[in-house]
Order: sequence, then C-alpha cells, then structure tokens
Amino acid sequence: MTLPDDTLAHLRRVLQTPELPGDRYEICESIGHGGMGTLYRAHDRALARDVALKVLRSDVAGPEAAVRLEREAKILAQLEHPGIVPVHDVGVLADGRVFYVMKLIRGERLHDFARGTSRTDVLRVMLRVCETVGFAHAHGVIHRDLKPSNIMVGSFGEVLVLDWGIARVRGVAEQDGPSIAGLAVATSKEDTAPGVVLGTPGFMAPEQAQGLSAQVDGRTDVYALGAILRAVAGADIHAGPVPRPLQAIWSRASSPDPAGRYASAAELAFDLTRFLDALPVEAYREGLGERVGRVFRKYQTAIILILTYLAVRLLFLVLRGL
Amino acid sequence: MSSRVRWRLGLRACNFPVAMFPHPPTPHGGFPTTRRSVVEAIRDADPDIRRDALDSLVAVYWRPVYAHLRRKWRFQPADSEDLTQEFFAQAVTGEFLRGYDPTQARFRTYLRACLDRFVANAQRNGQRLKRGGGATLLSLDFDLIERELAAGDGLIEDSSDSWFDREWIRGLFAAAVADLRSACQATPREIRFTVFERYDLRPVRDGDRPAYRTIAEELGLPVTQVTNHLAWARREFRRLVLERLRSLTFTDAEFREEAEELLGEKRS
Repeated sequence: MTLPDDTLAHLRRVLQTPELPGDRYEICESIGHGGMGTLYRAHDRALARDVALKVLRSDVAGPEAAVRLEREAKILAQLEHPGIVPVHDVGVLADGRVFYVMKLIRGERLHDFARGTSRTDVLRVMLRVCETVGFAHAHGVIHRDLKPSNIMVGSFGEVLVLDWGIARVRGVAEQDGPSIAGLAVATSKEDTAPGVVLGTPGFMAPEQAQGLSAQVDGRTDVYALGAILRAVAGADIHAGPVPRPLQAIWSRASSPDPAGRYASAAELAFDLTRFLDALPVEAYREGLGERVGRVFRKYQTAIILILTYLAVRLLFLVLRGL
Repeated sequence: MSSRVRWRLGLRACNFPVAMFPHPPTPHGGFPTTRRSVVEAIRDADPDIRRDALDSLVAVYWRPVYAHLRRKWRFQPADSEDLTQEFFAQAVTGEFLRGYDPTQARFRTYLRACLDRFVANAQRNGQRLKRGGGATLLSLDFDLIERELAAGDGLIEDSSDSWFDREWIRGLFAAAVADLRSACQATPREIRFTVFERYDLRPVRDGDRPAYRTIAEELGLPVTQVTNHLAWARREFRRLVLERLRSLTFTDAEFREEAEELLGEKRS
C-alpha cells in the first residue's frame, strides 16, 4: 500500500479532528486556540444546535492540564450567571484528551469591541464584567487571567468572561460566601505553589507576577479590571480627555499595593455605576468647580428648561410692565 | 540451521492480527487498554508469539529503517536492503530489544538508536553483507519505497532523524489501512472501504478531494450513504491506528504520548 506525502498529510488531518464519543456532536470547524485548549464549533445533533467544544491541546496535554480543564468546566457549570458561559457536557476523546461542550457565543473580544464604540458603552460593558467577577468572588473563585481578550461581547449585547482555566478556588474556610463544593481541593498544587507565575503580563497584579500565591485574592482580579479599564476606556483619543474621576477609578483599582485597591469587584462596580450616573465616586475627591460642572452635566436638560422658562417668564413680566 | 530466521513477511493486509492482544472497548471513548504490547510479546518464550509480534513490528518499522539507511547513512539500495533484513533478523533474537528500558526513551527512539549502533558496528567490523547470501528473510517491497522516496524529497541527503519519524507514521498508517481493507474485504462493509479509498486515499491535485456527489454517482449511492460510510471508515481507521500504536508501545504513558503527538490537533 503506497501512501504519497499528500495522502499522508490528509490522513493526519482526518485523525487530528477530535473523535468524540458517540454520535451526538459533529465537529464543524476550529474557531480558536486558548492557553490550554482548542475551540471548535460543533453541531449538537440531539438538540439541533451549534455549540462550542473546547478540547485540551495536545502540546499541553497531561494529567495536570486535564485536571485544569476539567476544573474549568466544573467552575463554569457551577457559576450560573449571565456573564459566564453555560457548560452543557464534559467528556474524554478517543485519544484520552478531555473536552467540554458549552454555549456557542458569536461576538467580538473586548479590545475589538472597544474600537469604534463610545466610552460610555465600553464602561457599561466593564460594569457587567465587574458584576460577573464579583459574582465569582462571592463563590470563592478568583479568575487570575482577566484581560480584554478573555472578555467577549456577544452580537446581542451579552457580556461574557471567558477562560477560567487558571482560576483559583478558595477553600471554604478562606471565604465568607457560598463555595463551589469539591473544587477548592481540586485546585492544582502547581497553581498555588509559591513562586509559580500564571497569568498575562500587563494585566497581572504585582503579587501574582512575583509568584506570591498566598497574597492572591479577589483584589488581584480587581487590579486586572483596573488595567483593562485603562486599556479600553482610556485609549480612545476621539472621546476627548479622560475625566479625572474615571482615571482615579482605574488608578485605585490597579494600585500596586493590594490594600490601596477596591476591596472587591463589587466595590469597583459600585464606583463605576456612580461615575456613569454622574455621581461623585469614592476614588476621587472633587473640587467645588468640578462638582458644579458635574451637577450641571447631570441635570443639563432640566437646568436648561428651567432657565429657559425663567427667562421667558421674566421677559413676559417685563413686557407686561411696559 | 542458520541463525537467521526463516519466514516470510508479505505486506498483505493485517499480516499481524491486531486483535492478537485483544482489549475491551474503553469507557467514555478513552485509550485502548491493551495489556500486552508487541514489544513485550517479542520477548515471549513461545516462538509463534515472537514471530507474530516481529511481523507486526516489521510491518510498521521496515519503511523507516530502510529510509533511515538510505537517507542518513547514505547506503545504496542493495546495501540498504541487506542491512534492513539483517537488522530485523538480529532483532528477533532479542539482542536489541532485551535492553529496552521504557523509562529511558520511547520505543521508536530506542529502535532508531539501535539501528544507528547496528550500522556503526557493521561498519567498524568491516562486515560485508552479500545479497542472497542467506535465506530469504522478509518479503518487503523495496521497489515501492524507492519509488516513494524518489517521488518525495526522500533521497535528499539528510543527517537528521526526522525522516525516520515521518516514515514511521507512513508505515503505521499503511498498516492500519491494510487492516481496514482486510476487515472489510468480502463482507457487506466492502463498500465502506471503497468510499474511504476513493475519498481519503486516492492522490489528488492541489489537495482538492472529490465531491461526495461525484463518489455517490460513481458508486450508485445516495450522498448521505457516502458520508455515513466515510464516517464509519474513518472511525475504524482511527481505531486501528490506535490499536497498532498500542501494540507498538511499551507503557500506557508512552502510548498516550505517541497518540497525542500523532492525533493531536494542529495549532495555527
């Protein structure tokens, strides 16, 4: 049997398409690669819908990576929130690699979305990211790899935080809120060992970059949120100068000292909401002129209407007096 | 009796029965869990088991061994043929394989190192292998591989070991294709192999595979039948490749590593 080079290459491609157990899912195309896995669009024959299927990449495959991908699937499955992709299924390929099936999201990554979008809309998206991260923190989960490319804005305005592969789950004793049962103990020893650095430079808090794993907590994600905020809301030169309160928000969020940051993503979300509502923010003490300007901007329409009314009224009185 | 082993290995389909060391289907589609590999069987006390195991080993490894001799060691075809025969003859006595330690290297890497050592020894001892001097050993289609090497870039001199690995994959796939053909021949599944052969095995120009509709018309089948047959044949082909691979590796870890390298997805 002769197998020319092109036939050999074709057969390798055939074999490299993941072989899924059973015949429920059919792989359609590869749609991306992450740090740990390759993402495919697949068709779910049972429910007649397209889904996303994440398969552990072969070059990182191994017991440690398999545990991590499984843990990611469990975290996603247990964090039921509109900002977190729902997981439908989990399994093992014929070659032993782990995969999981999740909702297929069509949209764009935050850094692409931010281009050509108003600063206010970008801030509204960031607000929802903060709420999602705050929800995860409340369940003892720290993402540890927040960055614009891990945030997806869907075609219908949905905002999703992706790639929870290196998330750390705190033990029940470490946190006050509800925990994800079983996942705290499943957190990899390597991930939590001192000196081990996991994350993305530029969005990684100093304590994470230095491998001080004991100091990594919710504020580590707050740092990343501040860095993202600066990257996506501060980059648009057409939006005019960045308001000082907004600068103060991201500066506080990404303070090098964890004690100088917002204590939680929820606090950051609270300040962002106040900024969007033109209210004073916790991170910035404004002067009298700034306060007047802010109040004027907030009630601009009402103030103009009242002033117009008073002017017309005054004119009417003057004319009547004549 | 000559120390050379007398048997013939025709590269007929499934010369070595892959079901020789049967394994149950695994739960959740995991790796096959064959308990005994060819590498172990080749050390067995029973000569029949040893012979079958060597047949299986040769079916996959003769191409890389020959290509390695031609490409890396730059032997002429006649000398490469003799050295290939002699190498496997020595392998069956267990001289090479007895020293294999799975904790040190993959079997594939070990065998290549054995080959290099074998050639170096032969050269040092001034050994001159005479064609036809001994018994007919393996019936291998050296003309076929010469044509393949000439068609590709296989005759370009190269001191690297990459050609050995590439030919190893070709040997593995060729053996699995032969297994599949054998399993389908003279059964109602023959049409499935025919579809697989026409779509996946036939050489094409510029990577353009024939349309399913074309194959359906050629074979007088509905298009859906063609896709179903192709899916079945590919699934079987994958299973047979994994079975072959499992029988040619020593430990689960080695098998897993080889399978992931072979079947793992490509990164863009």
